[in-house]
Amino acid sequence: MNALIAEFPLYASGFLGTLRLCLFAAVGALFWGTVLAAFRVSPVPPLRFIGLAWVTVFRNSPLVVTLFTFAFALPLVGIQFPTFGGNAFFWPGVAGLICYTAAFVCEAVRSGINSVPPGQAEAARAVGLTFQQTLGAVVLPQAIRTVVPPLGSVMIAMIKNSAIVGAFGVAGELFSVDSALSATGRYYALASLTGVAIAYLVITIPAGIGLGALERRIEVKR
Amino acid sequence: MSSVLYDAPGPRARRNTLIGAVVGGLAVVALLVLAGVQLAKNDQFDADKWGPIFNPGNQYFVAVWGALGRGLVNTVLAAVITVVLALVIGTVLAVLRVTSSPTWRWLVVGVVELLRGLPVVVTIYFASRVLPELGVTLPPLWYVVVGLTAYNCVIIAEIVRAGINALPRGQSEAAYAVGLTRLQVLRIVLLPQAFRIMLPALISQLVVVVKDTSLGFVVFNFEEFVRTANIVIQFFGGQLGINLTLQMYLAVALVFILINYGLGKLAEYVQRRTSRVRRAAQDPGAAPPKELVTVGDGLGAA
Repeated sequence: MNALIAEFPLYASGFLGTLRLCLFAAVGALFWGTVLAAFRVSPVPPLRFIGLAWVTVFRNSPLVVTLFTFAFALPLVGIQFPTFGGNAFFWPGVAGLICYTAAFVCEAVRSGINSVPPGQAEAARAVGLTFQQTLGAVVLPQAIRTVVPPLGSVMIAMIKNSAIVGAFGVAGELFSVDSALSATGRYYALASLTGVAIAYLVITIPAGIGLGALERRIEVKR
Repeated sequence: MSSVLYDAPGPRARRNTLIGAVVGGLAVVALLVLAGVQLAKNDQFDADKWGPIFNPGNQYFVAVWGALGRGLVNTVLAAVITVVLALVIGTVLAVLRVTSSPTWRWLVVGVVELLRGLPVVVTIYFASRVLPELGVTLPPLWYVVVGLTAYNCVIIAEIVRAGINALPRGQSEAAYAVGLTRLQVLRIVLLPQAFRIMLPALISQLVVVVKDTSLGFVVFNFEEFVRTANIVIQFFGGQLGINLTLQMYLAVALVFILINYGLGKLAEYVQRRTSRVRRAAQDPGAAPPKELVTVGDGLGAA
């Protein structure tokens, strides 16, 4: 265990690597997931179909298959991802994580919009608000408060899922610290993996506690 | 579709929707055509790439699906064993958390929070690397089961606990009043009802477990469905010079989607059924809070 403390810089850089990966993925997944949710509640059938198809496909197939497809199958059809600091798997990993997580973001946002009682929008229209005003001043402010807690859980799940990208070969990510350490042959897996586990807990447990506090603060009293 | 967002459409809105539908439909078709052209340009429509997987008349079809079938059996086996073990351990954890004195409760809460915060891929890898170091050698399947169970038992513990808490207080009060002991109350009155309420969430969790078996790829030598597919891809690429990567992943995804879509529908059906029974029984206050049902869903691991 003591020897591991000497490897702290390696863990720290892995920690930052995971945060960097998650930052890209979170921005992409939140954006694309919200667009998909807009598709799913829109009155236009083809858009609704795209939303539904996306959610059905990505929510029901394992992230591993999505990642394999992005890394190994897409280059075969001429879609080549650029490398990131000499690492060929970073962008396919981010893209796969975005596509997968967006499906869950979409469902969270959609159920948030649906949780607003129809009477709210009806009342807004009755006093003469336009569509934009109804959406911006009445529906969305209420929807966002119900959406935040499930979105937070989705984001925490995504941080944990980023370990799969690491297992998959993104060097410099937290999970891959173990392969770097075990390659030296100086450490027991028990020690090096406990370090990895602690590093993930350092992210996920405070995030979970923070989310719980936020949830209690913004809870909609109905 | 009734939505919060819009009124019943008038003539102008209907026309705009129609225009949107046509434009959107054309965009979808254009995307599909573009994808098709790209596939054709890269020779992905060759019959020798699709045949071994999708054409029963192909000479390799039986062998390919024989191998994939064995992988699928391992996947299903791992998922089923995991769910059974996680259900047993999770129920024990939930009961411990509900019944134990505050001095011990924090221990259970600690274990739950600890295991819940770890990525499943880490728990599986941990089991496969650390157990042998400690002198426990198991068949590869069991490393996956141990890793998956470690995570899923705490999720199920939370589901069961939520189910117990969702029951009206009168249930346990009445049970105590007729003189049942604490464990009897749980065993005879609370748990059976909690399981009924939580059944949809438990089935949703099964979807997560089925998907997560594919994380077994970090365990050396465990041939579940996805690894088997990779082995077939390598064999075809190496021995026959046929690169069927894209087609194989498509088939693998289709199988997973079929299984999990079916399980999802089953969960919805059970959900509808149990809520109808509850309404018919006129049991006020017994309607499960909506959030409970999505527990398995929202956590959506891999």
